[in-house]
Amino acid sequence: MSSVDLAVNDRRETGGAPESAAPVRNTLRFFGNELRVTFFRRRNQLLLLVAALFPLLIGIGLKLSMPHGGGGRGPSASGAAYFSQLAANGVFLTFVALSLLLILVLPVVVGVVSGDSIAGEAGYGTLRYLLAVPAGRTRLLAVKYATIVVWAMAATFTVSVIALVVGVALFGAGPVTLLSGTTVSLADGLFHVLLVTLYVCAAMAAFGAIALAISTFTEHAIGAIAAAMIIVVASEVIDNIPQFAPVAPYIPTHWWLSFDSLLRTPIDTTTLWHGLLSFAVYAVLFLSIAWARFTSADVTS
Amino acid sequence: MIQAAPGDRDGPMTVPAPLTSADQGAELAIASSALTKRFRGGQLAVDHVDLAVPRGAVYGFLGPNGSGKTTTIRMLLGLAFPTSGSAELLGVPMPEGATRVLSRVGSLVEGPAFYPYLSGWDNLARYDAADRTASARTAKARIGEAMERVGLTGAAKKKFRNYSLGMKQRLAIAAALLTPRDLIILDEPTNGLDPQGTREVRALVRQIAAEGITVFVSSHLLAEVEQVSTHVGVMRLGKLVFQGELAALRRTAAPRVAVRTGDTAAAAEVLAKLSLVDPVVVDGLVTAELGDVAPEKVTAELVHAGVGVRGLSVEAPSLEDLFVGLTGEGFDVER
Repeated sequence: MSSVDLAVNDRRETGGAPESAAPVRNTLRFFGNELRVTFFRRRNQLLLLVAALFPLLIGIGLKLSMPHGGGGRGPSASGAAYFSQLAANGVFLTFVALSLLLILVLPVVVGVVSGDSIAGEAGYGTLRYLLAVPAGRTRLLAVKYATIVVWAMAATFTVSVIALVVGVALFGAGPVTLLSGTTVSLADGLFHVLLVTLYVCAAMAAFGAIALAISTFTEHAIGAIAAAMIIVVASEVIDNIPQFAPVAPYIPTHWWLSFDSLLRTPIDTTTLWHGLLSFAVYAVLFLSIAWARFTSADVTS
Repeated sequence: MIQAAPGDRDGPMTVPAPLTSADQGAELAIASSALTKRFRGGQLAVDHVDLAVPRGAVYGFLGPNGSGKTTTIRMLLGLAFPTSGSAELLGVPMPEGATRVLSRVGSLVEGPAFYPYLSGWDNLARYDAADRTASARTAKARIGEAMERVGLTGAAKKKFRNYSLGMKQRLAIAAALLTPRDLIILDEPTNGLDPQGTREVRALVRQIAAEGITVFVSSHLLAEVEQVSTHVGVMRLGKLVFQGELAALRRTAAPRVAVRTGDTAAAAEVLAKLSLVDPVVVDGLVTAELGDVAPEKVTAELVHAGVGVRGLSVEAPSLEDLFVGLTGEGFDVER
């Protein structure tokens, strides 16, 4: 009321629209802006480009080694099952690519953006301005995580789609023989590709929640990203040590590669649900930690 | 509500409170009560600060670096949580009411902060998008107007990382003016600016205040806010050691008589006989607080006592001296 001049000046243009009448619409606007800033950032575009290059390189590499090796050997034991199928069907390149990239590349692509999400804002000092705007702490966190989920899906689908295109181009397409031995039509096979991709999206979204939680504890983005990566690598190491077998099902990366249960008929739903449950628990747990921390901590940067 | 500096030279520092009605909350743009912040290390950064910033005032929030100004501002804006005490912005309790009231408060805290990889325009658009009350339809017009106001229209498409220091500062002020505000909080708005930039900021503050917006501006330099402020608050070691109208601070200036003489001992004796307090002798010069004694009486007494007077003057301490008196001399790290 004391800023009459300015207020009149500006409210004339708003046409008297009641303030905060559309909180949902305004939050969507914020979300849209966050997506734009994330996807237009050069660093992030390069990350997606790198993620896209891997399936291409894997495809070419496998194609070159195919006539000699007979397709029996692969760089990873977990991917080995798919290699034998690849010679006959390019669709399998998506499974090969996803299982190889899940080890490190996809977690890096997701971890960089989600580890940076709060810590990066704190590092730039933009966090204090976002909160003074006011963006609202819970609302900001929600927008950040929604963006991470979209980003994780974008990265996973980039790998999946590029691998599919490259695979079909190099190895051809046809009816898909699943791991259980049954052969399904190409359309059915593509549906399995979609399910597998969505499963990996869920895994990456859960991992994004872990990195986001770490991100609320520091103003050094690089530290948050590194910590998230260490969790991935440590978790994978533990998963491969037989003595840790009793705790293995509870570590964050254990179920990431379980999407092969989707490549059997009937689908191995027990494993599938275990995986999805693990992702959900991790997401809820770490989002709660992120929320508890972010809504109670002083912003000192 | 008005605090006097302990051990001050003369007379009561108490000045009339700007407001005495019971309904202060609505009349004060900023009010805090025993606002306290103790850092985890145990350091008391802000110690029972009772701010009272009347609406429409230009309030200069002064104090040396490290005296708790920024921490106070962070608590006012809901960025930091007080250890004890409370604060209100425009009558709304903070930090609980942050999302309700902050859209009417523009702020610049500890220097500008933007995304280096975005243009000036996109940076403002981002903050505007984050505001839950700002309308998307008017965003373009408002951003354009804010950039125009700080003279950045020509650099709107330039990446923030290529902005000069002065441009960054102006962009931050533009961000504070994105939507209609009732209160503007500027923390050290001239930090790092050249004299030209400092003048520009001062002109902007005047312009904002002329629109009836309350301005709360912090600085470690009295000179920077002296010309624009109606009220001042002075911080020292986390405590608010003075608060009131600038004119009231000026009134606390106790005039001193200075006698230039070859016989300082005799002159000091005369001044003591006149019961002038706080005598100081420095080679060839004797000074003391004048109090109620007329300067001509001092002259007469000196002549009567046969002291050879080379010069006699009455000096009121500058505001700067008062400020230093309140905050202590610089350079010594007090904690």
